[in-house]
Amino acid sequence: MANSVTITIDGKQISAAEGDKLLWVALENGIYIPHLCGIKEKEKPDASCRLCFVEVEGMANPVTSCTLPVTDGMVVKTRTERVDRLIATGFELLLTNHRLGCAKCAKNGSCQLQKIAKERGLKLRLTRLRSVLKEMQTDDSLGSVAFDPSRCVLCGQCVWADRKENKGNIGFIRRGISRKVSTFGEVPLAESGCTRCGKCVEVCPVGALVKNS
Amino acid sequence: MELMEGELEKITAEVEQVIKDQGTERERLIPILQGVQEKLGYLPKEAMKKVAEAVEVSEVEIYEIATFYNQFRLNPPGKHQIKVCMGTACHMTGGNIIMESFERRLDIKEGETTPDREFSLERVACVGCCALAPVVVVDENVEAKVRPTRVDGILLGFDMEKKAAEKEMQKAASEQKTQEEEG
Ligand code: SF4
Ligand code: SF4
Ligand code: FES
Ligand code: FES
Repeated sequence: MANSVTITIDGKQISAAEGDKLLWVALENGIYIPHLCGIKEKEKPDASCRLCFVEVEGMANPVTSCTLPVTDGMVVKTRTERVDRLIATGFELLLTNHRLGCAKCAKNGSCQLQKIAKERGLKLRLTRLRSVLKEMQTDDSLGSVAFDPSRCVLCGQCVWADRKENKGNIGFIRRGISRKVSTFGEVPLAESGCTRCGKCVEVCPVGALVKNS
Repeated sequence: MELMEGELEKITAEVEQVIKDQGTERERLIPILQGVQEKLGYLPKEAMKKVAEAVEVSEVEIYEIATFYNQFRLNPPGKHQIKVCMGTACHMTGGNIIMESFERRLDIKEGETTPDREFSLERVACVGCCALAPVVVVDENVEAKVRPTRVDGILLGFDMEKKAAEKEMQKAASEQKTQEEEG
């Protein structure tokens, strides 16, 4: 059993197990920090969404809370000017290749992008940056599930869930702006080794992997 | 990409050899893929599947690596290799238009190979002669200040070469035939 430590988040005293990652400690204590890529059980977090920034007393720069182990006496602020700016930019960058259209999206109302926008007073549209969205085809080869890569935020939740459940059927291919979730040889899901376990749909935080209605 | 006759046997043999040399540790994945590509000129799907099996990782993980690094190619090199420069100077002078012209004429996308394996099309970064932009390297030759009409010209040249070679072959064959008949 790890030592119990006391930390302060936004003025609130919280006790936690030493070494636990700050993001999860905050969330479990009712303090919201935006996050998309964080996976609690993952030893080495990807820290790729860049949305979970906080400031910690004694640290020169904002840090990603999903990678930060808590230590005794840590003093954390989830809202500072620098943090807000980083998150606002990171969020808008995600939207530059996101096909918006919440009204017709299966995740409307339960989407994590909508939640972040609401929590942090951000707009679900582009204000400073221009769109780089490319035409991409939805894969509904499975019938029961639709995968729309133009709504994918590359969080990696589905890839993780798939590898835990199966021998690994989907993954991140290419890099940079061409990066996307796909299968071996980029075949439709129905032609891949997909076992139809449905785990990836369960964990997708946005409207990219959804049940077909 | 369709495999050619005897290619699957070659793939199997080469992959087995590379695995024997490199071992099956996950850490060796990149050297293994490099070794396979060195032998085969590219990474055919069948080879990636065999590597996945030997190293005991999923096929998609091999595909992730193969599509992440520029050094890996998923299509066989063509008999003629066309490399369109997309460096800054060439980009500014319309390198993308040249790329599109090749794509349209060959009916393949960047990074692909024509089904008859005559041509492969790639993008490269600055090849070091920006004053000649836009530049295309065709096999070993540098083509300077390329315009879409030159794209047609280059391909027409190869076409004529091929036809001439075929004619030669036919001629040689018929000569041999008459010789045989006479002899
Ligand atoms: S994924 Fe979320 S933000 Fe995107 S269209 Fe759907 S509901 Fe809106
Ligand atoms: S499909 Fe969904 S879960 Fe998978 S990477 Fe994209 S957004 Fe994340
Ligand atoms: S949750 Fe920390 S970077 Fe994505
Ligand atoms: S940018 Fe093409 S040769 Fe330099």
